[in-house]
Amino acid sequence: MNGDHADEGVMAALSAPADAETLRRLHGRLEREAEQHGLLDVAYTVVDSPVGPLLLAATTRGLVRVAYASEGHERVLETLAQKLSPRLLRAPNRLDAALRELDEYFAKRRRVFDLPLDLSLSRGFRQLVQTRLPAIGYGQTRSYREVAELVGNPKAVRAVGTACATNPLPVVVPCHRVLPADGSVGRYVGGAQAKATLLNLEAA
Amino acid sequence: MKPPFEKLVAEHGDTVLRVCHVLLGTHDADDAWSETFLSALRAYPQLPETANVEAWLVTIARRRAIDALRAMKRRPLPAEHLPEAPTELGVPDATDDDLWRSVRNLPDKQRQAVAYHYVAGLPYAEIAQLVGGSADAARRAAADGITNLKKTYSRRRGAAS
Repeated sequence: MNGDHADEGVMAALSAPADAETLRRLHGRLEREAEQHGLLDVAYTVVDSPVGPLLLAATTRGLVRVAYASEGHERVLETLAQKLSPRLLRAPNRLDAALRELDEYFAKRRRVFDLPLDLSLSRGFRQLVQTRLPAIGYGQTRSYREVAELVGNPKAVRAVGTACATNPLPVVVPCHRVLPADGSVGRYVGGAQAKATLLNLEAA
Repeated sequence: MKPPFEKLVAEHGDTVLRVCHVLLGTHDADDAWSETFLSALRAYPQLPETANVEAWLVTIARRRAIDALRAMKRRPLPAEHLPEAPTELGVPDATDDDLWRSVRNLPDKQRQAVAYHYVAGLPYAEIAQLVGGSADAARRAAADGITNLKKTYSRRRGAAS
């Protein structure tokens, strides 16, 4: 009988999971040391917002990705690991400035984002469109055709639509300010509801 | 496709910490855990996609633990005296200290075999590759290690009741 107890006791002690607080502390230390050693290629965090949980990711160059829950955060992280680097950790510190500016934006205390952006997830014409979108000011909207004209390629209306749909930095790069000419809200990476929420926020 | 490193920490962080506990025979394995994951993060882009990630992490943990044990032996006094009163506060079940002490006193081969088989769940053939010798020897070392630990545990229980 004693032997059975000993059996359970030894096995239980060896297989007892580490407590969550210890693992949290160790994770925090890993975040700091990875940053210090230049090994934190991509840092991310998830934050609640009026348009649902947003995933924010940054390289050392700047904010590289904002993702809606509807995009599947797990899948987004896998794509970032593939396209940028698998050295990817949940490390909110690097996102401090982005978190602050988004907070201010949603509290209507900020109209322009003033953050270093890393546009390396898009290329060519799409990247060009995304670079120009911030020219559409807070509370204003443009049609896809107008944006095509803005980037100097008036026939590329459909390509502008694709550039908006594949914007890796929604909210911060304001593709929500681009609307179909028919007066509807149109499609949006975070869903039409999220687009309407942002437009209402800026219009109020 | 290589998963984000965060996923490795989430899935294997706990096992690696318990392996470090057993390898070092102490509840304070923070340094070994941190060095293991930092080394792993550095090497991760070069890891083949087909690799067994947990076995890889355990291999790194083993090297870090060996370094740590060497460092402890170079300054034997603090290792013997420090784990008394102050550290017990952070230990969930302070009575397990006895068990950790017996783990610490196991012969090296037994302690490693217990860590790799009973904590990390590695098959004996892989343990043999890791520590040298045959799979049978690894099996015996793990069994002897557990037998030794049980003896200590019974003694302790006997003393407590």
